Parts: sequence; structure tokens; C-alpha cells
Amino acid sequence: MKPFEYYEPATLAEASELLRRLGKDASIIAGGTDLLVELKEDLRSAHHIVNIKKIPGLTDFAYDPANGLRFGALVTVREIETSPAVNGNYPNLAKAVSLLGSIQVRNRATVVGNICRASPSADTIPPLIADGASLSVYSGGTERSIPLDEFFTGPGRTVLVPGDIVTGISMPAPRPTSGRAYIKHGRRKAMELATVGVAVSMEHVAGQCSDIRIALGAVAPTVIRARRTEDLLRGRMIDAALLAEAAESAMQEATPIGNVRASAAYRRDMVGVLTRRAIGYAMGGVQ
Amino acid sequence: MNRLVSMTVNGEPCELSVALNRTLLDALRNEGSLTGTKKGCDVGDCGACTVIMDGRPVNACLVLAAEAEGAAIETIEGLQPAYDKPHALQQKFMEFGGAQCGFCTPGIIMMAKALLDENPDPSEDEIRFALAGNICRCTGYTKIIDAVRATAEELRRAGTL
Repeated sequence: MKPFEYYEPATLAEASELLRRLGKDASIIAGGTDLLVELKEDLRSAHHIVNIKKIPGLTDFAYDPANGLRFGALVTVREIETSPAVNGNYPNLAKAVSLLGSIQVRNRATVVGNICRASPSADTIPPLIADGASLSVYSGGTERSIPLDEFFTGPGRTVLVPGDIVTGISMPAPRPTSGRAYIKHGRRKAMELATVGVAVSMEHVAGQCSDIRIALGAVAPTVIRARRTEDLLRGRMIDAALLAEAAESAMQEATPIGNVRASAAYRRDMVGVLTRRAIGYAMGGVQ
Repeated sequence: MNRLVSMTVNGEPCELSVALNRTLLDALRNEGSLTGTKKGCDVGDCGACTVIMDGRPVNACLVLAAEAEGAAIETIEGLQPAYDKPHALQQKFMEFGGAQCGFCTPGIIMMAKALLDENPDPSEDEIRFALAGNICRCTGYTKIIDAVRATAEELRRAGTL
């Protein structure tokens, strides 16, 4: 790891000012499980590392049945994985975080860090997009909200500019009609990057779908919503014929690349299989 | 530029002068002269550098030494209750043949300790889930898992958990 200047700002204002002044040559460190790997492997150069762990208020976690879930930028993946509120209300997110790296990694890594790294195959992003999550972003004394599905601009790229700090994430509470699922597809059961990830979050009563959001991971430059497939399903009775149509539609919305983990054709096929399967799980099918 | 980092290592105060781009792993092994914690992949994939930091198992290669300021670190060196008395996990790994070359063993034992501290009666699935981030390239995992199960049983019987 090359030498760097190291900063530990005590407030958001101080951190934001510092990051704006240092510009693109600075990186925030929270969990560090991606950043340190990238620095060691020379995949990223950063002469300035800004540790945000001394800033108060970023470890908050709150769930209530009316306002939903909100947690800060320093909440670890493992805290989310072991939270009864998450396991009880956001089974898709709970599943995704339990499959991210190892327990050792999850004890350091933060969910917000996984988001800001903006990997197309990030495990936490599809369920959070499907659940309608929004990020709180601080910059120079003001805080704004960005819907997660408008946050990514490409692999490793987001709408953030120097001086922006994501302080937390929030998502609405589930309703009695909500059904949710996340399926991660890989070559092995653990320590794997998703070759395809599919998250479904829907409202349904007696087989009738009133609303649905489908997020596809690792099959486009960013995690994407399968909006045409959502439109196809919204307001319809879900049956085998419609599921087959939805699977075909989701395959057409994916724009996968082939790489060392899977070919483009295989990824596209799996989008179909897993979209159908994830809708089934979200509607109460046994996993 | 160096920084003085104060932590507790295996119950004893420890102050190390380390470069800011030093990982906790390198600081423990070099400045700290504790070479029991192994450096395998150095990017968080293999688990050989697992230490327990403030009660939680972490990859020491993915923690900056400067971030360990004020932390309580447990390494393999602190595990045995006395010089000639191995910890129950170490004893069972020997009895069951849970180690071959031994390079991954300190990390696996620290991860297993973290598991048993949290869950004194893990199922085989729970042991496999907990050890997913610890890779052994010599042997299979069967004997390792058997050793962890046997340790859990013994510790429960002895009432020390």
C-alpha cells in the first residue's frame, strides 16, 4: 500500500469541507474492506484517506412499523444481518447481507460503503432498490435525499461529487401485503461475487399483483430496475403463463457482459430463471 | 509518517509506532513481533489473519493499524491459558488432525473461538457458515468441523462457556 495522508474529521462539516478541498484525490474510508484491497492492488490511487468513523451520529439504527428502516453510514453489514427488525421485515436484504463476503468482512464492511463502491454485482443494492430505499447525502451544511435507483451512473460511479458524504439510508416499512425475495446466483455458496442477483419487492393479495419492483444485479453497468417487466406484472393475476412472459421480458431488459465468472448468454438465461423464481418466493413460495 | 497506536493485545497494553499505511496485520507481525497471525492473501479472502477485535472476528489485513487505537485485540498467542496448556480448541485440532501445514490454523481457531463465544452449541451448518471466510488448501474441512464440534461439547460439559 502506497503512503497516504490520513484524516479523522470530527464533524460532517469538517469532513465535507476537507473532501471538497482535496477533490478526486481523496477517498472516504468507513469499513475499508473494498478500499484497502483496491489500494493494495493499485486499482485505485488515493493520496488522502478521510476516515469518517470519528463523526458522531453515523451509527444510528432505527426501525418502526410506520416509518420503516433507517440506519447510518457506519452501520456494518453484520449488524444488519443479525438485526431482528431486518430479518423480520426485510427478508430480501437479510438474505443479501448474509451472502456478502465472510463474517470477518461483514464485521468491518458497511452497507452504505457497499452501495457507494457502486459495483454492478454488489449484494446489498438489488434488495434496497427493490424496497425503494433512499440515501441521505450531506454536503456543506445541507442534506438532500437521493432515491437509490437514481444514484448510480456506471460501474464504480455515482452522482456524488467531492464534498458529498452519504450519511445514511432509509426505506419504507413493509405492509401486510408485501412480499420480498433476493436470489444470489454464483458458482459456490460462500465467498462469491454474484454472477446474477435478482431482488423482488411486491404487493400482492390472493395472487393479484398490485405493485412490484424488480432489481437486477451484475447484468448491466449498474444494478437496474426491470421496469418493463414491472409494468407487465402490475395489476395482473400472477399465473404460470404471465411468469413465463415476465421471465422473457426481464431477460430482454438485462445487458450483461461475459467475463471470468459467467458468459453473457448464461447470465441472460439466469435472469429469466431467477426472476420467475424470485417472484414465486416473494409470493410465499418455499425457498 | 508514523503514529503511536495504543491498544490492548491479549489482555496486555501495547503501544506501537506504525506508519499510517500499515495494516493491523503487519503491525502485529512486525512492530508487535506476534507472528502467530498469518499473512495469506492480504486482501480479505483467506481468513488466515483473523483476529478478534473488540469481541468481533475481523481480517487484520483489512484494518488500518491506526484504526486499532483503543481496541482490544485477541490473537492466537493469547489463547492458551498457560505456557504448556493448549486451549480446548488447540487440543481438539491436534486430536482430530484438524491441521496439516498449519498456516490457516491460527485464523480458523480464532474464528472458531469467536463462534463459540457467541454460540456455545453450533450445528454443523452454523460452523460451516462461520468458517466460510477461512480457507484451508491442504486438507478437507471435515476434521476442522469435527474439532470445533468436539470443542463445543467439551466446553459445554466443563461449563466454561
